Amino acid sequence: MTNFAQLFFDAASLGGLYAMAALGIALIFGVMNLVNFAHGEYIAFCVFALIVPSTDAVAVMFLGRAPAVLLVPLILVIGGMIAVASEYAVFRHLRNADPVAMMISSFALGFVIRNVLLATYGGRPKAISLWPELNTPVQIAGASVPLLQVIVILTTLLVVAALAFLLKKTRLGLEMRAAAENFTMARLLGVRANVVITGAFALSGALAAAVALIMATQTGVADVRMGGQIMLVAFIATVIGGLGSLPGAVAAGFLIGGVSVLLQAFLPLEARPFRDAFLYTLVIACLLLRPQGLFVPASAKPRV
Amino acid sequence: MASKHQENRFAAYSTPIILAAILLALVLLVVAFGDKALARTAAETLIRVTLVVGLWIFVGNSGVISFGHAGYMAVGAYCSAWFTLRPQMKSLFLPDLPGWLLEAQWPVLPAAIAAGLLAAAVALLSGAAILRLSGIAASIATFAFLAIINTVYSNWEGVTGATSSVVGLPRYVDHWVALAWAVTAILAANIYANSASGLALRATREDEVAARASGINMYRHRLLSLVISGFFTGVSGALLGHSIGVLNPDSFYLGITFISLAMLVVGGIGSLSGAVIGVIVLSTVIELLVRAEQGFAIGSAEFALPSGSQEILIGLIMVLVLILRPSGLSAGREFKLRLKLPHKTLANEQIPSNRGEIK
Repeated sequence: MTNFAQLFFDAASLGGLYAMAALGIALIFGVMNLVNFAHGEYIAFCVFALIVPSTDAVAVMFLGRAPAVLLVPLILVIGGMIAVASEYAVFRHLRNADPVAMMISSFALGFVIRNVLLATYGGRPKAISLWPELNTPVQIAGASVPLLQVIVILTTLLVVAALAFLLKKTRLGLEMRAAAENFTMARLLGVRANVVITGAFALSGALAAAVALIMATQTGVADVRMGGQIMLVAFIATVIGGLGSLPGAVAAGFLIGGVSVLLQAFLPLEARPFRDAFLYTLVIACLLLRPQGLFVPASAKPRV
Repeated sequence: MASKHQENRFAAYSTPIILAAILLALVLLVVAFGDKALARTAAETLIRVTLVVGLWIFVGNSGVISFGHAGYMAVGAYCSAWFTLRPQMKSLFLPDLPGWLLEAQWPVLPAAIAAGLLAAAVALLSGAAILRLSGIAASIATFAFLAIINTVYSNWEGVTGATSSVVGLPRYVDHWVALAWAVTAILAANIYANSASGLALRATREDEVAARASGINMYRHRLLSLVISGFFTGVSGALLGHSIGVLNPDSFYLGITFISLAMLVVGGIGSLSGAVIGVIVLSTVIELLVRAEQGFAIGSAEFALPSGSQEILIGLIMVLVLILRPSGLSAGREFKLRLKLPHKTLANEQIPSNRGEIK
C-alpha cells in the first residue's frame, strides 16, 4: 500500500477533529446530563466571529486579521464565553428539569443562535482565508500531507493530554469527575455546582472554538450550516463511546474519522455520494451490538 | 364502580370530538371571513396538525424524543409523488424508477395511503433497530436516521431527483382535505392512546423499571406506536408535497424537525390536546410574525420586524415555555366531556383535570 501513510494522516486528522467536538459534548453531558444540541452553533459562531458582520457576499476579516498568537486565545475565550453565557441564560434555569426538556431547550437555543447568525451574516457561504499557508503540503513518510493535518493531529493529542491532566491532577478536574459520577452526592460532599458546571461549559466552548479554527482554515468557508454536520458526528461519537465517558468519546471520534476515510477510499465510485448513509448505518449497527457504547461509565447504569 | 369506569371511558373518547370540533370551527371561520392567503395558512396548519399528532403518537406515549420523523415525512412525500406524477414527467426527471412505478398514475387518496404505508414500513425497519437503545441514545440514533434519509434522498439522482426539486405535483390539498386527515390522525391517536398498548407504553414512560417488572414488553409497544406514528407522519409529508407542489430533500430536514418539536413542546408533550393546541398557537404566532415582518401600521407609523426575527422569536418562545412551564400549555391534561350517569344528562363543561387518566 503506497498510500497507506496518506490514509493514516487523513484518518487521524479527521478523527482528531471529531474527537475534539465529541469531547465538548461529553464534558457537558457528564456533568449535567445535558445533550447539548447548541454545540454545533457554538462552532459556527466562532467561525463567524472571524469576519466583519455584514450580509455582503465577500467576507472582510475582522478578528481574523489579528496575529495567530493573539487570535487563537481570543477565539478560545469567545467560544468559552458563548457557552458560559448560554448556561447562564438557559440551562441554569433548567437544572432540575428532566434530560429531555434540557435536550429540547438546547435544540431551541441552537436554532436561535443559527438564525441570529443568518440574520447578521446572510445565508450564503462566504470564502474566508485564514492562514492559507497551512494548507501547503509537506512530505512525511512518503505521503504529501497538508501542514494543517499534522497540526490538527498534534493539537488533538495536546488537548487530550491537557484535559487528562486537568481532570486527573487539579481540584476542578477532581470535582468535575466527582460530579460526573454522582452529581447529588458530589454536591453533598462540598463540590461547588456552579463552579463545576460553568467550568465544563467554558471548556466545552473553548473546544468548539478550536474545532472552528481548524475547520475555517481547512475549508476556507464560513457557512452557518458548518457546525451541524460535525455536531451530528460528535453526538454519535459520544453515544458510541458510551454517554458520559470522556476516553470513550475520544476513541469513538477517532474510530468514526477512520471509518469514514476508509469508506471514502474503498467504496465503489457510484456509492461514494452515499458515504454518510453507510457511515450512519454502521453506527446504528454498532449500537445494536453494544447499546451502552464501547466504554460504559459506571454512572450509566440506572439504579432502582 | 362499573359506571365510574364507563364515565372515564366516555370522557377519554370525547377528546377527539372536542379537538375535531375546534379544528372544524377554525376552518369554518377561515372560510367565512378569510381571504385566499388565510385559507392556505389554514391548510398548512392542518397539515402540521397531522404531522404533530403523528409525532405525538410515538413521542407523547413513549417519552422518547424523535428527531427522525422528518425522515418519515420525506419517505411519504416522495412516495406519493412517485404514484401521482404524470408518467412522461417521471421518465424525464426520475428515469431510474422501476417500470411499473413509472407507468403508475394513481388517484390521490390511494397514493396518500401508500405513502403512509411505506413510511410505516420504514418506521418498522428503522425502529426495530433504533428502539433497542435506551432513551437518549435512541434519540440520537433517530438523528442519525434522519441524516441517512437526507443523504440518500439528496443523492439518489434517478429516483428522487436529488437536490434539484421534484416539481409538478398535483396540488389537491386544500383546507378540507387537510382537515379530514387531521381529524383521522387525531381519532387514531386517541384510540391508540386508550388501547392496552398505549396505556402500557405510557406506563413505561413514567417508570421503565416498574413497568418492566409488571410484565410490559417496552420494545414491542414502542415499535407499534412508532409504526402508527410513521404512517401519519408519512401522510403529512405527502399532504405537504401536494399542497406546495414542489419537493426538495432539504425541506424535510432540521427546519421542520425543529418546528414540529417546538409545537409539541409548547403545547405539552403529555397530552393529545396539547399537541393540537401547540400547533394552533404556534401557527398563529408564526402567521402574525410573518405578517409583522412584511410591515404593519400603528396609527400613521409603519413598522416592520427585520426578516429572520420570526425564527429567532419562535426559538425564544420555546425556551421560555420550557423554563416557565416545562410540561407545556396543556400540562398533560386533555379536553374532556364528562357524562354524569346518575342524572342521565350530558354535562357540557370542559373539566381541566386528569381524573381517571393514567399519567
